[in-house]
Amino acid sequence: MSAIAFPAPDLSIIRRRPEILAGLAALVPAEALITAEDELRPYESDALTAFRKMPLAVVLPSTTEEVAAVLKFCSQAGVPVVPRGAGTSLVGGSTPQEDAVVIGVAKMSRILNIDYANRTARVQAGVTNLAITGAVQADGFFYAPDPSSQLACSIGGNIAMNSGGAHCLKYGVTTNNILGLKLVLLNGDVVEIGGDHLDMPGFDMLGLLIGSEGQLGIVTEATVRILRAAEGARPVLFGFPKPELAGEAVAAIIGAGIIPVAMEYMDKMAIAICEDFAKAGYPMDAEALLIIEVEGSEQEMDDQLVRIIEIAKRHGVTTVRESKSAMETAAIWKGRKSAFGATGKIADYICMDGTIPTGQLPYVLKRIDELVTHYGLRVANVFHAGDGNLHPLVLYDISDPVERQKAEDCGLDILRLCVEVGGCLTGEHGVGVEKRDLMTVQFNKADLDQQMRVRAVFDPAWLLNPAKVFPLEGRVAA
Amino acid sequence: MSLFTPTSEAEVAQLVADLALTGKPVTIQGGATRAGFGRPIQTGATISTKAISGITLHEPAELVIAARGGTTVAEIEAVLAAKNQMLPFEPMDHRALFGTSGEPTIGGVVAGNHSGPRRIQAGACRDSLIGVRLVNGRGEAIKSGGRVMKNVTGLDLAKLVTGSWGTLGLLTEVTFKVLPRPERSLTLLIKNLDDARAAAALSAALGSPFEPTAAAHLPAGLSRPVARTILRLEGFSVSLEYRIAQLRALLAGFGEIIVLEGEDSSGLWRGIRDVEFLAAPEDAAIWRISTAPTRAPGMVAGIAAAVPGARWFYDWGGGLVWLAVPPGGDAGATTVRAAVATAGGHATLVRGPREVRARIDVFQPLGALAAVTGGIKTSFDPGRIFEPGRMYAGM
Repeated sequence: MSAIAFPAPDLSIIRRRPEILAGLAALVPAEALITAEDELRPYESDALTAFRKMPLAVVLPSTTEEVAAVLKFCSQAGVPVVPRGAGTSLVGGSTPQEDAVVIGVAKMSRILNIDYANRTARVQAGVTNLAITGAVQADGFFYAPDPSSQLACSIGGNIAMNSGGAHCLKYGVTTNNILGLKLVLLNGDVVEIGGDHLDMPGFDMLGLLIGSEGQLGIVTEATVRILRAAEGARPVLFGFPKPELAGEAVAAIIGAGIIPVAMEYMDKMAIAICEDFAKAGYPMDAEALLIIEVEGSEQEMDDQLVRIIEIAKRHGVTTVRESKSAMETAAIWKGRKSAFGATGKIADYICMDGTIPTGQLPYVLKRIDELVTHYGLRVANVFHAGDGNLHPLVLYDISDPVERQKAEDCGLDILRLCVEVGGCLTGEHGVGVEKRDLMTVQFNKADLDQQMRVRAVFDPAWLLNPAKVFPLEGRVAA
Repeated sequence: MSLFTPTSEAEVAQLVADLALTGKPVTIQGGATRAGFGRPIQTGATISTKAISGITLHEPAELVIAARGGTTVAEIEAVLAAKNQMLPFEPMDHRALFGTSGEPTIGGVVAGNHSGPRRIQAGACRDSLIGVRLVNGRGEAIKSGGRVMKNVTGLDLAKLVTGSWGTLGLLTEVTFKVLPRPERSLTLLIKNLDDARAAAALSAALGSPFEPTAAAHLPAGLSRPVARTILRLEGFSVSLEYRIAQLRALLAGFGEIIVLEGEDSSGLWRGIRDVEFLAAPEDAAIWRISTAPTRAPGMVAGIAAAVPGARWFYDWGGGLVWLAVPPGGDAGATTVRAAVATAGGHATLVRGPREVRARIDVFQPLGALAAVTGGIKTSFDPGRIFEPGRMYAGM
């Protein structure tokens, strides 16, 4: 992504590196401070590996107090800070820079309290998404947002990006499932936002903080809602001979008053890639596949499926296959959730994340096809059909600079298309570095200035994750 | 006192820019059904949103509706009902509580983040809101969010302005995701539980896989001599029959379950949503407290022991307490604030004598968030012209 610029590193900071390292060393135990080049290497990028920058240092605090001390030190020394969860961001949300200190929360990975009667759990920011569900599932509960990277990604990163997942059609995204946060401000002050009750008083700082991409402070603890799981869940595969028939079936299901817990779409190339990887029994002859999951008791699932299958038949479905066992269910979801990883095994790819109004689906799929053909590339489409959150994977060869540039241009064209039809640049991955320079496509100057003025309340000097989200030109300090 | 009735967002922007130049404070008025809410303030000007009205988008198959800020809730609900849809969060109607008679507007609902009983299952107003347009205190028209359900592009200012009571700007357009109306809705009723037992019953039901969409407790003496603990089930008929049977078994230890349907059921939830049970006497002060459900009964017992004549009920699975107290003195403020400080959560004096609202904290004190809150206010409204002091003194 050669086209996206980083701010030029501040050489005066880089010259002060020895003194900055000494300052950090006084604040955290030796094992929490990483300064050697070979040990810094794993932190030079996140999952958007096209961008690599060596940070000044990485700090891995174990307590909120250590985070506070490091942030206070960095703000007083005028050193930029890049917060990091598990480093699974697909948009460069935690890409470092040469003049910045990375503060990673990975060591803060304890579940502090589980309260079933009030259906909440208090966790540290470095806990993985799946570990929360893991801690409560023996008692029948779960934490709802389920990004595909949930085995690795941290709740702190989920909070920074307002992560979604396949099941948010029914259960919402991160911001709908967090009740409280412990936040360290840039000056080292620690504040509690919300609690273990519903709705915070005053301005909705929870809503503001969640999805703020590490630019307002560093979250060290969160109180999350945990929900009682349904008695059962059953994904069903629906193969369609044409993409638009699958799109129409989705609209008809919603129109009939049915909100399945998940409705996932894959096109022919995605089906082939994922089937090869997961052996989930996806219909290889279909042009489009819907994975629709229903939940409840056996009888309730049967009842819902009768309705859904009837609608699918009216829209020309050619294959209907229900999961008959927990193993089949796992394989079906493994295929879908491995879509990015499996694609990465056959080619390099750029993953887009725009959302569109679902009514525009047939038009947008056709346009994506045209765009990709125009650039001479291939695309695999997987997306959350119920909410219009697309994930076109544009395939290319990273060793070919011309093709790489084409892929980047194609991806940006697809995002412009999403905005043009009434959608947005990113549904769940965040803006990060990747979409920063497209923000002016979605927002005008007044919109962006207001966001930046709010940002400035927390960080007027642009020290927190400064290369991200907002275009480098036209930045507002206060 | 000047009253302005702009007819478009552009007119609002021009008007606010003019007011900002002279630093003239302004009140925003929708249907004026919540006029007695918040700290009493005096402004020389009022902007009515009456003429900024109308539904701008309804795509039933996409589960989305957008309307200008002054559109009445009644109009939106009627348009949704015609397509068998609804706002998920059941916005509270304050007319019973305030004895007002206008028509509540959707802008007013968002300004107060007003959510009803379904909040525990479908989220608050802020959770259904997917986009806003507003005019800030500089007279700039800005947008946040949009018309799609999943959108993490930029800072979520839509949530930030929800519940800010007009202090950050005037909402010109709001967009929501909506839900299909359930095929059937009914209520399960258990009688004679005390508050603590009721909280346990509600927690058991909400911790079950049978998904009540509302859960409340009306103590004895509140419009009926016996206590009523109630759960609402909504969905397809076949499913509800099954869930009723399962919940009967699960809650057997709490007493017999009676099933209510039709107006017996919907009227009860409307009464809870709109706090009709505490509306009379009309001079009683009304507090709204959000806390963790299991800590609510103890907190309420402490308040009741210190404030003679207190009456109350619980919504949101026990976590939302509506409390009526005599209006004298500080209307129970000192006691309520101390009890909430111990239990955790927040309290708002929703209705109370003007002179009391002028001298106590009506909204939960901000504590450590005061500086950031003030900074955000300034970032939207540097001249502090929108509703100055409505939420917090000096802001």
